[in-house]
Order: sequence, then structure tokens, then C-alpha cells
Amino acid sequence: MSANGNGMAQRLAWLGILVPALCVSPMAMAEWELNLREGVTDISRTVFDIHMTLFWICVVIGVGVFGVMLYSIINHRKSKGAVAAQFHESTVIEILWTVIPTLILVVMAVPATLAFIKLEDNSASDMSIQVIGYQWKWQYKYLDEELDFFSNLDAASREQIKADPTGVENYLLEVDNRLVIPAGKKVRFLISANDVIHSWWVPDFGWKQDAIPGFINEAWTRVDEPGIYRGQCTELCGIDHGFMPIVVEVKPQAEYEAWVAEQKSALAAAAASGDREWAMDELMEKGEEVYMRACVACHQANGQGIPPAFPPIAGGPIATGPVEGHLDQAMNGVPGTAMQAFAAQLNDVELAAVVTYQRNAFGNDMGDLVQPADVKAAR
Amino acid sequence: MSTTATAVEGEHHHHGPAKGLGRWLFATNHKDIGTMYLWTALAMFFLGGAFAMVIRMELFQPGLQLLEPEWFNRMFTMHGLVMVFGAIMPAWVGFANWQIPLMVGAPDMAMPRMNLLSYWLFPVAMLVLVSTFFMDGNAPAFGWTFYAPLSTTFAPDTTDFFIFGVHLLGVSSIMGAINVIATIVNLRAPGMTLMKMPLFVWTWLITAFLLIAVMPVLAGVVTMMLTDRNFGTAFFEASGGGDPLMFQHIFWFFGHPEVYIMILPAFGVVSQILPTFARKPLFGYASMVYATGAIAFLSFIVWGHHMFATGMPLAGELYFMYATMLIAVPTGVKIFNWMATMWRGSMTFETPMLFSIAFVFLFTIGGLTGLMMAMGPADMQYHSTYFIVAHFHYVLVPGAVFALMAGVYYWLPKWCGNMYDERLGKIHFWLSAISVNVLFFPQHFVGLAGMPRRVPDYPLQFADFNMIISIGGFAYGLSQLLFVYIVIKAIRGGQPATDQVWEGAQGLEWELPSPAPFHTHTTPPKVD
Repeated sequence: MSANGNGMAQRLAWLGILVPALCVSPMAMAEWELNLREGVTDISRTVFDIHMTLFWICVVIGVGVFGVMLYSIINHRKSKGAVAAQFHESTVIEILWTVIPTLILVVMAVPATLAFIKLEDNSASDMSIQVIGYQWKWQYKYLDEELDFFSNLDAASREQIKADPTGVENYLLEVDNRLVIPAGKKVRFLISANDVIHSWWVPDFGWKQDAIPGFINEAWTRVDEPGIYRGQCTELCGIDHGFMPIVVEVKPQAEYEAWVAEQKSALAAAAASGDREWAMDELMEKGEEVYMRACVACHQANGQGIPPAFPPIAGGPIATGPVEGHLDQAMNGVPGTAMQAFAAQLNDVELAAVVTYQRNAFGNDMGDLVQPADVKAAR
Repeated sequence: MSTTATAVEGEHHHHGPAKGLGRWLFATNHKDIGTMYLWTALAMFFLGGAFAMVIRMELFQPGLQLLEPEWFNRMFTMHGLVMVFGAIMPAWVGFANWQIPLMVGAPDMAMPRMNLLSYWLFPVAMLVLVSTFFMDGNAPAFGWTFYAPLSTTFAPDTTDFFIFGVHLLGVSSIMGAINVIATIVNLRAPGMTLMKMPLFVWTWLITAFLLIAVMPVLAGVVTMMLTDRNFGTAFFEASGGGDPLMFQHIFWFFGHPEVYIMILPAFGVVSQILPTFARKPLFGYASMVYATGAIAFLSFIVWGHHMFATGMPLAGELYFMYATMLIAVPTGVKIFNWMATMWRGSMTFETPMLFSIAFVFLFTIGGLTGLMMAMGPADMQYHSTYFIVAHFHYVLVPGAVFALMAGVYYWLPKWCGNMYDERLGKIHFWLSAISVNVLFFPQHFVGLAGMPRRVPDYPLQFADFNMIISIGGFAYGLSQLLFVYIVIKAIRGGQPATDQVWEGAQGLEWELPSPAPFHTHTTPPKVD
């Protein structure tokens, strides 16, 4: 805040103009969604039913209690000449208002227990996907396939966070690589985290599950209806907690298989592209793309970082120091800090490109470059 | 507050209040210490409120306009910490200091010097906490629940100051609680048996036991953080064989009783005020006492309901669900009792009564959403969304804060000797009651529709409701300035209060002169 005090004053002034303006204009920006979503799985529908039953029980209790109170407020007031009764304590009434709520609770406990048992039944799954939370992205590993990728907030949302998000379709609810699962199959998720605690939530599936370092939590879903389902991280995980969405695309089995094959060949092609020599401008172009995906959350689009937790790249000692040290830090991270090890997250080309980009962008102008072959050698 | 009235009494007792700053720095009088607690808590209420205003400004529309995400995280973290540890808890200690000796017929708190120490630790602790804003690394940004490892391995160095602040607050609270227990147990007037104590005293007695039981647990968990951060232990570090989930178990073992620490005295205040203005005894005194005890006991065995989504085994989930549902029973008993107390009374609606009635209505809404969240499978959807934010703000703002406001309007004439401005009080009430609902009710909707809590920005579908919520927030925040004006106006003058103040008021404090003299109950009153 202190770094751009002027900007903030300006924005505050804008807010002063906007507040009245927006209040009079019709609020046509969005939907007025009021209730929980029914969702698309057996579990989510069960949860929705429990939610609605409870809601109506609460409405009935509320109407009863509020009705009696309102009646007294209107009728039993001194200004209407009401004389206070002096009654107090009635064993019958007190037993009744203890026992009846208890019975309601017992009745409610039955469907809730059954739902819990169903929710926790992770057996007999058709396939397993490992979900790993990172600051601030998700990694999906298909345990039955040789397939593994990261899923970040999409560029369209990222670019508009500080500008004008109103035109972005699925703002903050779109990713670069969607998780794809087959329709009608029981998919088991093995959920964990690499750094801090995250939580994986797709409201249409009916549950969320925390991703905790050192733990592997199980959860499952079976979605019959192909479609795109969106969610967000729901456990505070640092600065970009609000910017790590989850998008699941459910495809019919055949399309899913085609997608898996396509992904595998794309991964192979990407790995093969590291066998040749890359030119400076190729690396810079690729590097910017990788930077905007993997580095921007901490080191910022202008390379200034957010010191002291997130040091600047622009003019920073690592990016303007020896190239070996720079590559080493990018690949292996700095233990005990927020700097992750990217060796397993990025391939040779991506690592070479992003290090090259960092050394030559933001006015660093080091003039040197890293080849994919150098990264391969350093692994 | 009671300077003018003490002159008369001071001639009988050679030591009246000291002159100048020394009166406050070295205060051992329960009324002075209570006054200091209340003013400091009010200041913290506005500091925490200012953080909330910044949060609502950022969330006014989608996108980031004012804050970097890191600043947003600092704002809601400090908002929570300051409101819980700086505003609500100390405000109740202020009430305890002022009211418990007056209500049980004691001359002062049992341990006046310890009382002074426990007060002064509190502003110092808040200073330590807030000073992190001016340090390298800046204020904590890991939420008031400070889950490891975000608060250990991944937190700035200033976290050690946060830990020190929490330690000081814990020491202060424990000493305050010991004092409350010692006073209530030892210094009651002859004839005042436990089951004749006013309900506010009862609720505070139970609150004090909760404090003594759980503040050491909080101290333990922050000490483990301290050694994890600085001395190479790995209590919460998975890569060192530790367990990040153990942090949550310990934290919520403290955290759940903590929410009752903030709400039980509110139950007490409302149970004093409703009978006064209904001119009718509390419907079920004994069942209220037992319900308070039952809630306090249950609060120790339900912490796992904060952790349904952490991957607990099915047996654990079921147990915590059943235990949590049980809390609805004694809570229901309380609400039904208040309802029955109002029934066929002869009610008038002065400001304390208005706030108390609003408390019963709005706390009930918070209680009912609490019942919904107790259902584990449904909580898998509600957890960590704005539905939860709505729930706990309903029990804490129109819950605890409204009860605090009610209590101030109720006892202020006794404290300062003047009536507050009733017309302004009513305006304050209606502004607060309407804006608080504009602020918190739509949070249920955005939460159910899927908006996670603790996010600085949100998908566009939540934009309209967030704008309404923010407008409600600004209105609620501004309305509270009126409260400060009303209190200061009453202290400076106004219609003198009678000794009984309210027509239907009963209890030892109303038999004392208004304002209450510097020393009261120097000879114990006799209670039949």
C-alpha cells in the first residue's frame, strides 16, 4: 500500500465517484443466485436434499419463535396497558422444549449419517487421479496413465485482475489446463499438497476436501452428465488463494480416451523440442509465456516482486549473477522460503526459456542464454 | 467516569481516586479498571472496524482496485485478531469488572493489583500485534486461525511478535478469569447463594472457567509454532515428521470454547435486560444456569466440526456431527426462555431492550445456520464459504456486539449518573439493526452460491451482492460513531439518573446511588 500511495488515493477518489453512480444504475451485471447448487452427482443431490430439509425445519422453528415474540411485542406492551404476569418455570413446558428439539435432531441425524457413509465410500473406483495443491496451482497426475500436468489460472483472467474483469468470460473460474475425466466412471481423487494447506472444491460435485502436506486424503465422484464444472481453492493458502481455480471437464469415454492420447503425444513433442538448439528470441517469447504462468504471482508482471518475502527479478542478484546459480535456484528452489523447486514442474525448454527471459527482461539485459540441453545436463 | 459522585464518599474514606494520570496508571479500583477496559476495547472495535471497511472497499466490485492480495490478507487477519482478542473479549472483562462486584455485593474484585496487571498487559499486547504493520515483513496474513504451515514455514519474521502478543493476551485473560472466579466464589454478600446470583454473574463464572481451561492450550499451540519457527522442531512440519493437522486439533480445542467465551456473557446481559423491561421474572432461571453449563461442557467436545473437510475418519466425522447437534438443545432452551420471559409481560422498548430483542432474533438466525452446518455432509458444501462468514458474524455482531451495546445503554446511567439521550439511542439502534442485516444477510446467498471466504476478488456472478454487502458495511461502520457520541454526551451531562434507573430493574446494583460511588458495598449488603 505504501509503495503506491498515489495510486491508492486516485482509486479512492474513483470509488467516491463510482459508489453513487453504481447505486442508481440498474445492477445488471450478474445473476442473483440465492441457494446451494443441486449439482450433478448422487452425493451433491443428497447433500442438497439434507440442506433443503434443514432449511425448512429452520424456517418452521424461526417462524414459531419469531411469531411468538412478535405477538408479545405487539400485544404485551405497557403502552397498551398490559399488566405483567408473574409466572415463571413450568416443568412440563421445559421438558417439552428440550425433548422435541432432541427428537428433531435424531430424525435429522439419520439421513446425515447415511450421506456421510456414502461420501466416505472410496472403494471400487474405476480410476485414480492424484491432486496436489501448490502455491497457487493444482497438479493432476493420472495414476493409471503416464499423464501429469499443472493447472493455473488462465491468462485472460490474470490480465484483467487489476484492469477490467467485467468482460472476461468465467473470470477467475478458468484455467490453462483443465482436469478431464470420463463420464459415468467412479473417479477416486488422492488429494495432497506440496507446501501449505489448500482445499479442492467443485460445488457441483457436492464436497470439498483439504489438500494437506504429508497427508493423502481420499475423495471420489461419478459424473454422468458431460460438461464443464468449476470451483475454487477454499483454504487460505497465501497471496494468490483467490486465484487458483479448478475446472473439471467431463467427457464421454471415447472422447476422454482421445484426449488422453492427444495429451501424451503433446507431452512427448514438447520434450523432444528440447533436443535442438533454441534462438534467443524464441527463448524470450517462450520464456515470457512461462513467466506469466509460473512466476508472476510472486515476482509480479514487472519483475519487481513484493519484497521482502518475494524478491525482485529486475536487477536482482540471482538474475544478474552467474547463470549456473540462476538455473540452480529455478530448478531446486530455496528451502524454507516460498521459492519452489521448478525442476519437476517445467520441462527443459520451459526452464531454459524462463531463465533466459528473466536474465534479459525487466532491464536486466545480461545478454546470455540457457539452452534446453544445459537444463538437461543440470538435472 | 464517576469522579463527581466520589467526592461525598471520599470524605468518609480517606482514599478517593488519585489525581491525574496516576489514577489510571496505578488503578486498583474495579470501576476504574472496568472503565479502562471498556474504552480500550471500544478503540480496538474501531481499529478492527477500520480494517473491515478496507476489506469491504476492496470487495465493493470485482477486480483489485485498492489492495495487493497480500494486503487484503493482512486486513482480514488483523480484523479477526483485533475484534476477537482486542474488542469483544476485553469488553466483556470490562463489564465483569464494573458489574460483578456491584451485583454480588463485593467491595472490589478479589485481587485488585492482579487486576491492574491483567489490564495493562492487554493494551501492550495489542501494541505488539499492531506494531508488526511497521516492521519488515509486515503484519500477519494467515487468517485469525493461523493454520500451520502457512503461519510457520511460510510466514514472515514478524510472526514471532504475533506469538508474543498472543502469549501476553493469554496471561492477561487467565489472570482476569482467576480474579472473576475468586470474586464470585469468595466475595458474595451474605445470603447470596449460587442459585440466587444474577445470570450475568453466572455466565461470567462459567466463562472464566472456559478461559482458564483453553487459554493455556492457545499458549501451547503458539509456543509450538515458536519452536518450529526458530529452534528447528517440526511439530507441524510434515517434512520433519510433524503433523499440520495437529495444529488444527489443538487450535480448535481452544477455538470452539473461545466462541462461547465471547457469547456466554452476552446471554447473561440479555437475561438481565429482558426481565427488566418486560417487568416479569426470567422464565426459567435454573434451566438457564444449567443450559449455560451444558453449552460450556459441550464446547470442549465438538472442535472437530471445524475440520469436516480435513479428511477425518468416518467415525470421527460422525461423532463430531452428533456432539455438535447436541449444542442446539441447550441453546434452544435459552431462546425459548427469553421468548417465554417476554410473553405476557408489560414491555417498554428503551434502547437496551431494543438491542436485546434484536439480539434474540438475530442470534437465533445465527444459531439456526449453525445447526445447518452441524450436519457434516452439508458442511462439506458450506465449509470455508461466505455462508460460514455470515453465520459467525450473525452470532458475533448482532449477537455479542449487540449485547455489549445493550449492556452499555442499560448500565451507563449507573456508571456515569446521567441518562443517555434516548432519542439518539433509538436512532443508533435502528441504523445498526438495519445495516447489520444488509451487511450480513446477503453473505448467506453468495456463500451458498459458492463464494469462498478470504478471497480478495471474486467471479462476476457475486458482484451485485458484494456491492450491497459493502454498502451495508459502510452504513453499519458509520452508525457506530453515533454510539461514541451518545456515550460521551451522557458522561458529560444529561438528565440525572435515579438509583433504580429502570422501573423494572432488580438487583443489588440498583440499590446503590447513581452514579455508583468510587467505593461501594464497603459493608456487605444482606440478601434474603
